[in-house]
Amino acid sequence: MRLNTVPRRHSRLGWATALLVAAMALNTSHAETLEPEKEELKFGFIKLTDMAPIAIAYEKGYFEDEGLYVTVEPQANWKVLLDGVITGELDGAHMLAGQPLAATIGFGTKAHIVTPFSMDLNGNGITVSNEIWKLMKPNVPADADGRPIHPVPAEALKPVVEQFKAEGKPFNMGMVFPVSTHNYELRYWLAAGGIHPGFYSPTDISGQIMADALLSVTPPPQMPATLEAGTIYGYCVGEPWNQQAVLKGIGVPVITDYEIWKNNPEKVFGMTAEFTEKYPNTTIAVTKALIRAAMWLDENDNANRMDAVKILARPEYVGADQEVIANSMTGTFEYEKGDIREVPDFNVFFRYFATYPYYSDAVWYLSQMRRWGQIAEHKDDTWYDAIAKSVYRPDIYLKAAKMLVDEGLAASIDFPWDTDGYRAPQSEFIDNLTFDGRKPTAYLASLPIGLKANDQVEDGKVVAAGK
Amino acid sequence: MTTVTQSLDPGVSPPDVAQKRESRFAAIARLATYLNILGCGWVVPLLRIAAGDSPRPQLKELWQLLGIPLLGIAVFIMLWAGVAPNINTSLGAIPGPEQVWEQVGALWEDHKAERQKAVAFHKRQDVRNQKLIDAGKAERVKQRAYTGKPTYLDQIVTSLITVAFGFFIATIIAVPIGIASGLSRTVNGALNPLIQILKPVSPLAWLPLVTMVVSAVYVDQVDVLPKSMVVSAITVTLCSLWPTLINTALGVASIDKDLMNVGRVLRLSTATTIIKLILPSALPLIFTGLRLSLGVGWMVLIAAEMLAQNPGLGKFVWDEFQNGSSLSLAKILVAVFTIGIIGFLLDRVMYALQTAFTFTTSR
Repeated sequence: MRLNTVPRRHSRLGWATALLVAAMALNTSHAETLEPEKEELKFGFIKLTDMAPIAIAYEKGYFEDEGLYVTVEPQANWKVLLDGVITGELDGAHMLAGQPLAATIGFGTKAHIVTPFSMDLNGNGITVSNEIWKLMKPNVPADADGRPIHPVPAEALKPVVEQFKAEGKPFNMGMVFPVSTHNYELRYWLAAGGIHPGFYSPTDISGQIMADALLSVTPPPQMPATLEAGTIYGYCVGEPWNQQAVLKGIGVPVITDYEIWKNNPEKVFGMTAEFTEKYPNTTIAVTKALIRAAMWLDENDNANRMDAVKILARPEYVGADQEVIANSMTGTFEYEKGDIREVPDFNVFFRYFATYPYYSDAVWYLSQMRRWGQIAEHKDDTWYDAIAKSVYRPDIYLKAAKMLVDEGLAASIDFPWDTDGYRAPQSEFIDNLTFDGRKPTAYLASLPIGLKANDQVEDGKVVAAGK
Repeated sequence: MTTVTQSLDPGVSPPDVAQKRESRFAAIARLATYLNILGCGWVVPLLRIAAGDSPRPQLKELWQLLGIPLLGIAVFIMLWAGVAPNINTSLGAIPGPEQVWEQVGALWEDHKAERQKAVAFHKRQDVRNQKLIDAGKAERVKQRAYTGKPTYLDQIVTSLITVAFGFFIATIIAVPIGIASGLSRTVNGALNPLIQILKPVSPLAWLPLVTMVVSAVYVDQVDVLPKSMVVSAITVTLCSLWPTLINTALGVASIDKDLMNVGRVLRLSTATTIIKLILPSALPLIFTGLRLSLGVGWMVLIAAEMLAQNPGLGKFVWDEFQNGSSLSLAKILVAVFTIGIIGFLLDRVMYALQTAFTFTTSR
C-alpha cells in the first residue's frame, strides 16, 4: 500500500507540472503583445451557420488567447442586432455585409459602423415551396438522369409569377432584411430572369414599387415556418434554413448564391467606428481571434468541419440538428429531396482571401442599393470609393494578420498584402455580366433591370433626375 | 416486551389513553389547516390512521384527496402518450412523456457540464492572472464571471428574479394608490377611468414602448440589472399592478365605518389611522389582489422575456422554437411544465400568506 501511494503521488505531481508547463508553453507561443483596452466583450449573432467563426473563436479559446473574455448571445433579428451594436449593448456582431454600409450612409438607422473582417463567402440559397416547384419544374431542362440542370435560372419561375399576376394573386417572397445579401441576391436572380423585384423610394421603403414579385422581411429562423404557413412562396436565406425546408419536406432549394455569383462576400463582423477608435488593441485582438477561427474552419481541406457542425448544433449557437447543418457545412447541398450535389465551396471561411475586407465587395453592395433605389440619387464613382474606405478596414485586418504571422500562427502566403483593396473585375455571375469595383456607374448601366445613373423613383414611377 | 409492560402499567389508566388520543387528533386538526394551505391535505388521513383512527373512512378520504388527482394525472399522461405521436409537425411528432422526461435529464446533464466548463474557465483565468502578476502587471488582474451560456436552471432563476422585481415595483406602486383611492372618492373618481382603460392592455402592446423608454432613460447599465431584465420586469409591473390596486381600493373602502369614527374621536393622525386601522382591515383583500397580481405577472413574464430577449424561461422557449431541432419540441414542453409548476408554487405561497393574514385579522 505504502509503496503504491508514493509513486502515484509523484506521478500526479508530475502530471500537474506537465500540464502547467504545457499551458504556459501554449500561452507564451503567441506572447500577448497586445494589451486590449477592453477585455470583457459581448458579441451578438443570428442563428445561421456562417456565425461559425465567432463560435469557434470562443470554443477553441482564441478569444481567451488574446486576453479577451467574450460572451456570445443570439439576437432575435437583424434590426435588434444592429441596434444592439449602435447602442453599445453589443461590442460587435455577425452582420450582413450591407448593414455597416447602410448604417453609415444613413439608410435605416444612421451610425458609423466599420468592419475589419469579412466572415465568409457564399452560404445562401433560394428555396421555393413544393407547390411552386411543381409549377416551375416543367420549365427547367433535365439532364440524362432526369435531374434538373443547374443553375436554375429565374426564367423558369417567370411563367409562374405571371400566372399568379393574371389571377390577381400577389407573389410573395421572403428575404431577411432590406439591406441583406439575401435581398440583393434574390433580386439579382429574379431580375436576371426578367422578374421585376421592385424599387425602393425615399417615401416608400417597402421595396415593392413596380414589382412582379413582392419581397418582404422575415427573420431567418422563421423562414421555414412562414413558408409552411403559406405567407410566402419562396425565400432567400442562409444555412441551415434552406436545408431545413428540405428535411421538413416543405420546400425545394432551387439555387445557391454560389451559382448566382461565384464566391460572393457574405457576412462581416461589424463594430462601431467609435469602438475601434477607443479600443484599437481590442479591435486588433478580436480580428486576430476571428482570423484564427476562420483558418481552423477551412484547415486541411475542411477537415474540421464535422467538429464545427457539432459545436454549431448546440442550442446556444445555431441549434438545428447536426444532419441539417452538416449538409451544407461539409460541402454538399441537397436540392430536391434526395438530389444531393457536391458544392465544395458552399461555405468558404478562409481560402480565396475570404476574410480580407475588400473595398470592391463594399462597392458591389452599394451598387445594388443604388440599383434598387435604396440610394435615391445618383452618386459618382469617387463616392462609392470613399464610403467603401470609411467602412471596410483592411488596415486593421492586415495589422492583425501581421501579428499572427509574426507569432507563427499563420502563413504569410494566406494574406493579400499588396492589394489596393479592389478585386480584379469579376464575371462569374449567373448572367455573365462583369463587375469592376472601380466603375460602379458603368456597372449599373450594364444591368438589365434597375436604376441607371440619372434615374429616380417618384410616385411609383422611374423618372429622370431633375424633371 | 417493553410495550406490553407499559400498557399493563397500572399508572396509566384507560381515560388517560383516550385523552391522549383526543389531544393527538386535535393536534392533527390544527396541523391540517396548515397542510391544506400548503396543498398537502392528503397527509391528514394518513396521520389520522397513524394516530389510531378507524382506517376505512380515512382511506376513503385519502382516495378523494390523493388518489383521484393522481388518477387524473395518470389518465392525462396516458392520453398524451397515445395522442402525441400521431400529431406530426414539421419538427417531427409531438414528443410523448418519455421523450420529455429524457430532456429533463438532458437539461440537467447540460447544466452539470456547463458548470464544469465554468470551473475550467476560472482555472484558465487564474493561470492568465498569475502570468500577469509574474510579468509585473498586477493592476490588470481581474476576476471575471464565466462567459458561457446560462443553463436551464440559471434561466429559471433569472425568470424568478425578474418576476419578483416586477411584482415588487407593482406592489409599491399599487398599494399606496389603492389606499388613496379607497380613502378618497375624489381620487377614486379621477383614477377609475384610467385604471379601467389600462387594465386590459396586453403586455405585447406595452413592450415596444417600455423597450424604447428604458433604452432612452436607463443609459448607465449595471451588470446585475441588464436592460432586457428591466424591460421585462417593467412590463410585468404594468400588467400586474391592477388586481392589487383594485383590491386594495376595495378593501380600504369597505372598512367598518365605526372603526374610522373611533379613529376620528381619538384624533389619530393620518399615518396612524392608515397603519393601525386601515391596513389591518384591508390586508385580506390586499393579499387577494397580490395573489392575482403575481399570477398575472408570471404569465406576462414569459411573453415579455420572449420579446425582450431577457435570458429567462421565455427566451429559452423562443430560442428552442428558433433552433427547430428534433429535440426542440420536447425541450419546449419541459419549459411548459416548469412554467406551470412554478406558477402553481408561487400561487400556493401567496395563498398561504393570504390565509395567514386573514386569520390574524379575523381574530
